[in-house]
Amino acid sequence: MRAALFVTCVNDALYPRTGIAVVRLLERLGVAVDFPAAQSCCGQPQYNTGYRYEAEPLVRRTAAAFAGHPYVVTPSGSCAAMIRAHYPRIGLKAEREGRGAELADAARSLAPRVYELTEFLVDVLGVTDVGAYFPHTVTYHPSCHGLRGLGLGDRPRRLLAAVKGLDLVDLPGAQECCGFGGTFAVKNPDVSTAMGTDKTAAATGTGAEVLCASDNSCLSHLDGLLRRSGAPLRTLHLAEILAATEEEPLP
Amino acid sequence: MTGFRGATGAPGTTGTPGTTGTHLGMPAFPEAAREAVRDGVLRANLRHATHTIRDKRARAVAELADWDRLRAAGKAVKDHTLRHLDRYLLQLEAAVTAAGGTVHWAVDADEANRIVTELVRATGEREVVKVKSMATQEIGLNEALEAAGITAYETDLAELIVQLGHDRPSHILVPAIHRNRSEIRDLFRAEMGRWGRPAPDPLGDDPRELAEAARLHLREKFLRAKVAVSGANFMVAETGTIVVLESEGNGRMCLTLPETLISVVGIEKVVPTFRDLEIFLQTLPRSSTAERMNPYTTMWTGTTDGDGPSAFHLVLLDNGRTDTLADETGRQALRCIRCSACLNVCPVYERAGGHAYGSVYPGPIGAVLSPQLRGTASEIDASLPYASTLCGACYDVCPVAIDIPDILVHLRERVAQGGPATRDGIRVRIRPARRHTAERAAVRASRLLLDRPGALRAGERLLARARRLAPRRLPGPGRAWTDTRELPLLPAESFRDWWTRERGTSQ
Ligand code: SF4
Repeated sequence: MRAALFVTCVNDALYPRTGIAVVRLLERLGVAVDFPAAQSCCGQPQYNTGYRYEAEPLVRRTAAAFAGHPYVVTPSGSCAAMIRAHYPRIGLKAEREGRGAELADAARSLAPRVYELTEFLVDVLGVTDVGAYFPHTVTYHPSCHGLRGLGLGDRPRRLLAAVKGLDLVDLPGAQECCGFGGTFAVKNPDVSTAMGTDKTAAATGTGAEVLCASDNSCLSHLDGLLRRSGAPLRTLHLAEILAATEEEPLP
Repeated sequence: MTGFRGATGAPGTTGTPGTTGTHLGMPAFPEAAREAVRDGVLRANLRHATHTIRDKRARAVAELADWDRLRAAGKAVKDHTLRHLDRYLLQLEAAVTAAGGTVHWAVDADEANRIVTELVRATGEREVVKVKSMATQEIGLNEALEAAGITAYETDLAELIVQLGHDRPSHILVPAIHRNRSEIRDLFRAEMGRWGRPAPDPLGDDPRELAEAARLHLREKFLRAKVAVSGANFMVAETGTIVVLESEGNGRMCLTLPETLISVVGIEKVVPTFRDLEIFLQTLPRSSTAERMNPYTTMWTGTTDGDGPSAFHLVLLDNGRTDTLADETGRQALRCIRCSACLNVCPVYERAGGHAYGSVYPGPIGAVLSPQLRGTASEIDASLPYASTLCGACYDVCPVAIDIPDILVHLRERVAQGGPATRDGIRVRIRPARRHTAERAAVRASRLLLDRPGALRAGERLLARARRLAPRRLPGPGRAWTDTRELPLLPAESFRDWWTRERGTSQ
């Protein structure tokens, strides 16, 4: 089995540890990983802020970078949702505006080949116990795009529950948005901060050592709030926990 | 008490307790929300109310095994009606006329206000009672009547609280949701006497006591009023029947006791047949109040001799609706049945409060409806499409499956990069908002970088090298982040570079 990694721009530049964890995890499970260097950003920030035309070249680039890869895996629910739900929309709009079917075709070809990490593990590889070891108390925040956009359901929690030594505790109000919302975090900073503060308070209240999610965008906001407040809670991407083993614990 | 800017009805400044207020000159959403976020009492009131109702709603909806099919059916009926809106409105007009009513067409707020004012004047009355009608708030009818020397009394309990408080509604269904009961008690004590029967003395803040005080105060108005103004939840084209759902019974008194009844209704509220109500009479109460069945459902068809009002006028209100209908993505907002479920699950509404949306339609539906009905020219309307994290909770609960996040992104596009729209029936091209010039340049620059992985890699290396110099607080727009949050720590090496170092090759 071979899979191409779509690391996402945020992980590439700010959270390379997450990408490295995905590579280690997949290789441990017998998957050969490709990293097409022509990839960059899926265009989600541009599209969601209202700049559809600026997103189009990135749609084209992403589709071209992963052409010919039957499995494209990404450790970001929101980028997976962008490609699966919005690429076809963007392509269709371009076609309706009389700019040809090229973008729509590219979107149609890529969308069904993209998997969020937990979907790939559970649905394609058919595993929930990935042989990880992480002896800590963890609480999980299901980001909106994974939860509602992709319908990840309990896949992330099943994966976490199977980790040896890990104590999974419920996060009250888990389904509520953390308040990041891409540019929302800077366009509406007061509301964003109020939402994030409620989320971090709920997470801190669980007594967990680690707040885990499948999207580093949400975690960057929550981690930023936690560090500013000096709370002892640490944030981690799900992939990093799944990559940790007894032999190779988290660095 | 909750203060907010832009209210017209400060106590003592008007002769009428009619204070729906104009929203012109409202600041953009982020500024309007700031005040609410910092108001601890308001946030606690909102949190308590929305969480209680959202949990109840979830239970009420879960009881129905065919909820998904009801939702799909509601969407289908509404879409079909909207596609043939002209036909069904003409059918409705014929049916209402045949049943003894009179139909008036109002293209905008001014025309609707003029029609209603003239109808009231013709009766010789100087007072009207009103039953909850968002359409009349949308057009500012109370102010228009006041200007013509006519006093309008709101009779819905929550509307009464809003009116007595010279306040503005902040929720579709519970307009006074931002008030707690001790605030309401103080308001009743201070204000009721000015408009009719004073509040009993002493008055506690027990909900039953408050409701009784309102009942006594309002009864006097019902028995005296000769003219009533209402809205409607549905209009049935086939029979000419108008339908109002409410939970207090006050509305029914408004609809049956006066001699003249004037209903102001948005044209999107029509459904083709009486049978179609079957769907909405299940989905609306469960979505809005979490009740299995609506407590008071009043239906009337024209006039009947010796029973109810002897004159009935239906004012069909457009006010931006046909323009909205012309927009392929945005038109689905017209399916809305105003259940308010989207407000109750919205984490942004919960923190910002209803007033921040600058419209009678707050919350997620307000954020997509107002900029369509009013256009995106004003500061508040241009900011509303951004008043969301696109978390999707609103879409999940909507009983007519309006994809609110998709409309939000569509409207952001109109604001940020411009695009086609219909205003007053004319196809126009909206120019990109000038406020967004700097943002547009930044987005373009970042996209150019992202579209060149070689340059991106160089940029990442530059950042990595300078990471020890990274400031803790950023200037300019970045301040909005660093005022309350730490920045992510810059890594020593990008993923791209790690891969090349470890694996040597790409592909
Ligand atoms: S948009 Fe949907 S959920 Fe919101 S008020 Fe309208 S019908 Fe209800």
